Amino acid sequence: MITSRDRMNFLNRQSFLELDARGRAAALFDQGTSRELVGPFDRVESPWLAIQDVTPQEDDGCVVMKGKIAGKAAVAVALEGAFQGGSMGEVSGEKMTAAIDLACADSEKGLPTSAVILLETGGVRLQEANLGLGAVAEVIASILTLRKHAPVICVTAGTVGCFGGMSLAAAVSSYIVLTREARLGLNGPEVIEQESGIDEWDSGDRALAFAVNGGEQRYGMGLADALVEDDTPQIADAVRHFIAKGVPPIHRSSQVELYRSRIGALDTSRQWDPNELRRAWGMNGSKEDNR
Amino acid sequence: MEQIEFDYPAKRKISQRAHVGVVGSGELEVLLEPGEGARSQVFIRTSVHGFQETWKAVLDRFFAKYDGLVRIQINDAGGTPGSVMLRLEQAVEVSEQ
Repeated sequence: MITSRDRMNFLNRQSFLELDARGRAAALFDQGTSRELVGPFDRVESPWLAIQDVTPQEDDGCVVMKGKIAGKAAVAVALEGAFQGGSMGEVSGEKMTAAIDLACADSEKGLPTSAVILLETGGVRLQEANLGLGAVAEVIASILTLRKHAPVICVTAGTVGCFGGMSLAAAVSSYIVLTREARLGLNGPEVIEQESGIDEWDSGDRALAFAVNGGEQRYGMGLADALVEDDTPQIADAVRHFIAKGVPPIHRSSQVELYRSRIGALDTSRQWDPNELRRAWGMNGSKEDNR
Repeated sequence: MEQIEFDYPAKRKISQRAHVGVVGSGELEVLLEPGEGARSQVFIRTSVHGFQETWKAVLDRFFAKYDGLVRIQINDAGGTPGSVMLRLEQAVEVSEQ
């Protein structure tokens, strides 16, 4: 039942989903501490799009900001989902890699600098092919280096979600923050339908997509660390919480044996339902119990 | 992609630049910065071909009211004339904040 209090909560919410990449990144920093690096007026755009008849964006759909979060040095890199599906090209990839590498250099010099990556992306930008693939590999390598010194927090709020190679970047980050509107997965429903047929996955079945890739399910299965409302202060709070928490004792992606045994134990001869899977993986409790 | 350029007379200098919008489907980004010389310049890159006259009509109307000396870059992915005008007006508003 919807109470008047629910209604007021809804009305008072400051939507994060309605913000563009720049607005999302800026909303995470302590008031007045953030500045944008390599912004649109620096005109570092993709050299590959115009020659393929695609209008470029001056920041290549990647916003980098440096500042303080919860009083600690941090960098945020936000992908703009509305520009070319948030895809990673040569320039956007280099911006993300360089930002994380600089955070790493500062951390090694004794100034721990966390990174927040806001991923709304379908993965590699097809127009930039191998350069995009290279970019994803570099981003992952940089995250793996930084996460020894300072936490890397992935925020996927939606509505694009995080798919393709960049879902691997999400998976190697220290903490993942999702909303119910977010989806996270390696191959998106459209790609699976295209490659394996509609019998394998009907991408028009949105309930199925969210039952598998949706933020609530990912969190319920212990594959994300926080499930938050589409509310800017709540998302900023979650980011501050994980920055304060620091580097986790063991990263999810290092628990190879645990996940290998879980996947090995799944009976794939029958269809699992989402709730059953959450129970089997035993991770639908508090957000603190899955690390 | 089509590239279109226009210039318009200007009367006063401006001091602040502004960036608004995203190059998303049916959308555009506008970069507005202080211009040089005597006339304002507009550089457009649009994914939609063949609308030069429509662009001219929208910008004629915009510069009928606006007299700042600016250099405007528009990167467009199919914005309607209405959304182009709104983004231009938003850019002016941000530059005057």
